[in-house]
Amino acid sequence: MSTQMVTANRLTDGMVVYLTSQGDWATQFSAGAVLADETAAEAAMADAAKAAKQQMIVGQYLIDVLVEGDGVKPTSTRERIRADRGPTITVDAGSWTGRIGAGPNGE
Amino acid sequence: MYRYDEFDATFVRERVKQFTGQVERRLAGEITEEQFRPLRLQNGVYLQLHAYMLRIAIPYGTLSSKQMRKLGFIARRYDRGFGHFTTRQNIQFNWPQLDEVPAILEHLAEVEMHAIQTSGNCIRNTTADQHSGVAVDEIEDPRVYAEIIRQWSTLHPEFAFLPRKFKIAVTGAAHDRAAVRVHDIGLRMLKNDAGEIGFEVWVGGGLGRTPIIGTAIKPFVEKQHLLSYLEAVLRVYNQLGRRDNLYKARIKILVNATGAAEFARLVEEEWLSIKDSALTLPLEEIERIRQYFALPDYESLPDWTPEFEASRRANPEFARWVQSNVKPHRQAGYAIVDISLKPEGGAPGDASADQMDIVADLADDYSFGEIRVSHHQNLVLPHVRQQDLFALWQRLSGAKLATANIGFITDIIACPGLDYCNLANARAIPVAQRISRAFSDPTRLAEIGELRVNISGCINACGHHHVGNIGILGVDKHGEEFYQVTLGGSSRDDASIGKIVGPAFSTEDIAGAVETVVNTYLGARTSQSERFIDTYRRIGIDPFKEALYGNSQARRPAAE
Amino acid sequence: MAILKHGALQPNEWQEVSDDAALPETGSVIVSLERWRRDEASLRTSNRAIGVRLQNTQSPLALTNDIDRLSLVVLDFPKFSDGRAFSQARLLRDRLGFTGEIRATGNVLRDQYLFMTRCGIDAVELPDGTPIEGFLKALGEFSVWYQPAADARVPAMALRHGGKPQTGSASTVVNDSVAAMWAY
Repeated sequence: MSTQMVTANRLTDGMVVYLTSQGDWATQFSAGAVLADETAAEAAMADAAKAAKQQMIVGQYLIDVLVEGDGVKPTSTRERIRADRGPTITVDAGSWTGRIGAGPNGE
Repeated sequence: MYRYDEFDATFVRERVKQFTGQVERRLAGEITEEQFRPLRLQNGVYLQLHAYMLRIAIPYGTLSSKQMRKLGFIARRYDRGFGHFTTRQNIQFNWPQLDEVPAILEHLAEVEMHAIQTSGNCIRNTTADQHSGVAVDEIEDPRVYAEIIRQWSTLHPEFAFLPRKFKIAVTGAAHDRAAVRVHDIGLRMLKNDAGEIGFEVWVGGGLGRTPIIGTAIKPFVEKQHLLSYLEAVLRVYNQLGRRDNLYKARIKILVNATGAAEFARLVEEEWLSIKDSALTLPLEEIERIRQYFALPDYESLPDWTPEFEASRRANPEFARWVQSNVKPHRQAGYAIVDISLKPEGGAPGDASADQMDIVADLADDYSFGEIRVSHHQNLVLPHVRQQDLFALWQRLSGAKLATANIGFITDIIACPGLDYCNLANARAIPVAQRISRAFSDPTRLAEIGELRVNISGCINACGHHHVGNIGILGVDKHGEEFYQVTLGGSSRDDASIGKIVGPAFSTEDIAGAVETVVNTYLGARTSQSERFIDTYRRIGIDPFKEALYGNSQARRPAAE
Repeated sequence: MAILKHGALQPNEWQEVSDDAALPETGSVIVSLERWRRDEASLRTSNRAIGVRLQNTQSPLALTNDIDRLSLVVLDFPKFSDGRAFSQARLLRDRLGFTGEIRATGNVLRDQYLFMTRCGIDAVELPDGTPIEGFLKALGEFSVWYQPAADARVPAMALRHGGKPQTGSASTVVNDSVAAMWAY
């Protein structure tokens, strides 16, 4: 099996997150823990299941990642788009620059 | 347009309260995601590629300027400044937070809007002709019945857990602009020999993995029996539709498996036992609903005045826009204006919050405050005085809303695709952008004429590619995005499913392939008035195959 | 398993008997549709209340000639997303005029409870210890209905035309006296 990573969506705001080696969930793909073998993958998914039960995340699954010279990348187009956290096109949002009255989450 | 009375207002408030409670229970862990999922779907909340997605209902595609402004507000306050109008006349926001959805729904309830049953295995938004009420070929305004169906289907206790989603469309005109033949139930209003208006009922049409044109199972249902007949169809489907396989659970599969005649018989048997029940529609109720759809106070105006002709002559760009985006109105001196949400290089169907506000203002100034959403992912101002068209066009131009391409090749219908959607295999929007840029020249657009391009990012076909004159289906071939082309589809009265032309094209080649198809058409048509679909039906698929693939039969066919 | 009925948990007074098991000496029994057909003669004349459990693939119309003898019909939700039992309940109430107990078993969400009662289901089997407050609260979540169903709740359409609460169900033929309630 190739190297993998656990990903999910955060329950409250739906943001894409990746399981880090500290056991928390980061929105940056680069912070995700690379799982080198099946044992690591199983353990990580077990952690994810716990996080789901604690209402932190939802819809967790394993993705294949490639470790290259210049860093780690998802192997599939779908996960690459997901890791970029937005559509691949430039969106016309007019004068919008941020949510009116947005809280500390910003995004 | 429909106005909530005390019952509707109470109902929506109760629904918001119910979902607020359900969200709280979910966040507190009292219910699991598996239990919560059908509940949130029935309130329009999907979990998508990047975030949640909220689909808000715009019943039969009609909304007021006040409601449009509220959508703009929601886009700014709770989302990322834009929304997407869908092929079922709804609107989608791509970045709502689950813990803010109750607040969004409260805002919507203030303007008589909601997200009820826009997803889930229940009866969805009943769609209608976007030119309802004002089209010249209209027999009767179908929105009266779309509203009646909307109420009847809202929280229908028996049909909240169907085998699969259920979509109903109604057309009240001689020409079907609601694509009724590719819906689970399609209702076509017509006059019988006695001069009464009723419904021809089509069942089992649909796109998706197994595209099928529906079958007319009942030639004429009288108005008072509309709801009881629909209930009979749904009851048969609820009991007999497949539950073992998600991809074989739509009613079209059941009708096909049972046989249309037998299916019709089952429905008839059920219907006969309920047709004179409390489901009977009193004429008084129909008339009460009809009041809401009364036409505005039109002025008495002359049609196509010399002043108007002069303004067209003076401004060729304006004239081009009138030619493609303005349609005749049943009231003299008025016009129906289609607002294109397909600017060059844009994402089809998207509108920024700014644009929503502008459209709301324009509706107030020129269209009695009323706007429509078409299932071609455009907007409509249904009551514009011809003498106002020039001023309207100028203001639309200032907001990138005046692209003169309605019905043309750059009036592309595209699903959100892999840029947004969890189900997609490939992106659709970038392909739309490429085609849009390749054909941006307005003279060329008009020269090519009517040509519908539909793009879907996966075989669920939310872009309705099966009924595109040119249909494009995104597929995944060994991890790469490829695009399969179909030709000859149509969603209108002459409904047909497109035919696959050959092996799929890469992202780099797909726009060129479309160019080749268009050039083949231009070379073969008998005159400018022979539309693409007509030429295709006359000459068949082979000339297009030849032009696209030449003699390369050695090419391996792509995975279909 | 306890039974939620009439707003409270009640003990289950019925015994479900499999197709090959002997009937208990006394007491109300639930049998499958197949067993009812097989042993109909003896079951009919036995001095006990009979209930039939329908699979959700079995049409209630199969009980058209039997409904007079049955006190209970048990319907199944194998998954909460499988809504066939809603139609089965409607047919039992509206078409067959069944006035006995319709009991739902299997996987049910409290968020479906209101739909169930509207379709004519009046009892739900719940695992022991299930709190019922949520179920009861769910019944009160709405006060407006848009469509007639198997219950007596008056739909908005009727109320708008001066209707009064009416007895009977959706399939009750709208006769003169009912039409008069709509006060045209």
